[in-house]
Amino acid sequence: MTLTLDPSTAIYNQVLPARAPWSYILTKGQTLRIVDLGGNQAVDFLVYNADDSSERYSATDTIVHQGNIFVTTGTQLLSNEGNPIMTVLHDSCGRHDTSGGACSCESNSVRFGLDKKYQHACVENFLAALAPHGLGKRDLVSNINFFMNVPVSADGKLEIVDGISEPGSVVELRAEMNALVAISNCPQMNNPCNAYNPTPIQLIIWD
Amino acid sequence: MTDIDPKLTALSETVPGGAYWSGVIKRGNTLRITDLAGSQGVAMLCYNADNPIERLNIADTAKIQFNAFLTKGQVVYSDMGRVLFSITEDTSGYHDLLTGCSNAASNQAKYGAGDWKNSRDNFGKALTRWGLGRADIMPNLNLFTRIAVAADGQTKFVEGCEKPDSFIDFRAEMNVLVVVSNCPHVLHSSSTYAPQAIQLQIWKSPAPAANDFCRNANPEAIRGFINTDALFAQ
Repeated sequence: MTLTLDPSTAIYNQVLPARAPWSYILTKGQTLRIVDLGGNQAVDFLVYNADDSSERYSATDTIVHQGNIFVTTGTQLLSNEGNPIMTVLHDSCGRHDTSGGACSCESNSVRFGLDKKYQHACVENFLAALAPHGLGKRDLVSNINFFMNVPVSADGKLEIVDGISEPGSVVELRAEMNALVAISNCPQMNNPCNAYNPTPIQLIIWD
Repeated sequence: MTDIDPKLTALSETVPGGAYWSGVIKRGNTLRITDLAGSQGVAMLCYNADNPIERLNIADTAKIQFNAFLTKGQVVYSDMGRVLFSITEDTSGYHDLLTGCSNAASNQAKYGAGDWKNSRDNFGKALTRWGLGRADIMPNLNLFTRIAVAADGQTKFVEGCEKPDSFIDFRAEMNVLVVVSNCPHVLHSSSTYAPQAIQLQIWKSPAPAANDFCRNANPEAIRGFINTDALFAQ
């Protein structure tokens, strides 16, 4: 894969620290590059029509439209109204999850132990990222987990397993409409999704 | 338990193909959904009836139980780490969490022009009755249809899995608002729109025993029920 966009021409280029939330409104036609700087870092990702946030990413419509549960190059991120919000232009990782959802304090308490409720989690990041845009819990839906590996077997077995993302793995997405993007740089410490070591990511945007 | 004692039945209703239904199942009662005639699929949403901002989370339901297909012995999780339903019986065996629901465009693509009822619009109409709306539609459960997932992630509708008279029992573990849309699965292979009638029964099921197989299915379920029971402990 050859990346053609030059970071020196970007309009935005920042490192998002480990465990942190982020949001940004891309205008139609802009491109967002997400770089997994340290490798095996899950990047929880939601996207909304920036002009009408009741239209938002739909994992299930995206899966049904492409006939595949994984997100990769060429995947159109479809809305709940069936419209493409973004398109994946480049993917050096191979596949990304959109079945496993985001970690929350509450689900952590069930999955890993009641005392884990007090650990930081992606839902908290999403709520923090979306609040300035007037969105809240009601607006959270199944998300994408870039750089996260969740195979599903023929009998339905589904498990978050060791990542397949090398340091420097890249995914690039083009906004097909004005798009509000919310990211949680996943803080999960209880399974392999971040290799037990949450790390920073880089976010670069071009016109 | 295959037959429900009529004395324990609180509601029995036949829902025609293409129609929708919504109602509250009180904690401890069980909703039985029966495929009467070879279902093309049933889509379902559920919410905490006492506080509907708490709602079905299919991703949590799948990953907490390490499974994308629901069946007997599993539970349905909310987004608050609590259990909405226990699946106490299932004679179908084919229910999926991955593929969402039909909408007007998907029906038109499959069946051509026409007023084909679809699950997304049905959900919206049903939710309006409860002060909720389209913004409250999240990824749903799919009953009575089998979706196969290949190692490379490809999804495929598996034909011939209909089992007339098969049913699934959902025991409510909190007061649950349920919305059911009786429309063909979005991936159902038939180009003929032919949703079949289903039966809904709400019955006063026995209280779970100390060794109940859903409540004790795994350490995650035990913790999920600790969280759930705490809602009703005061």
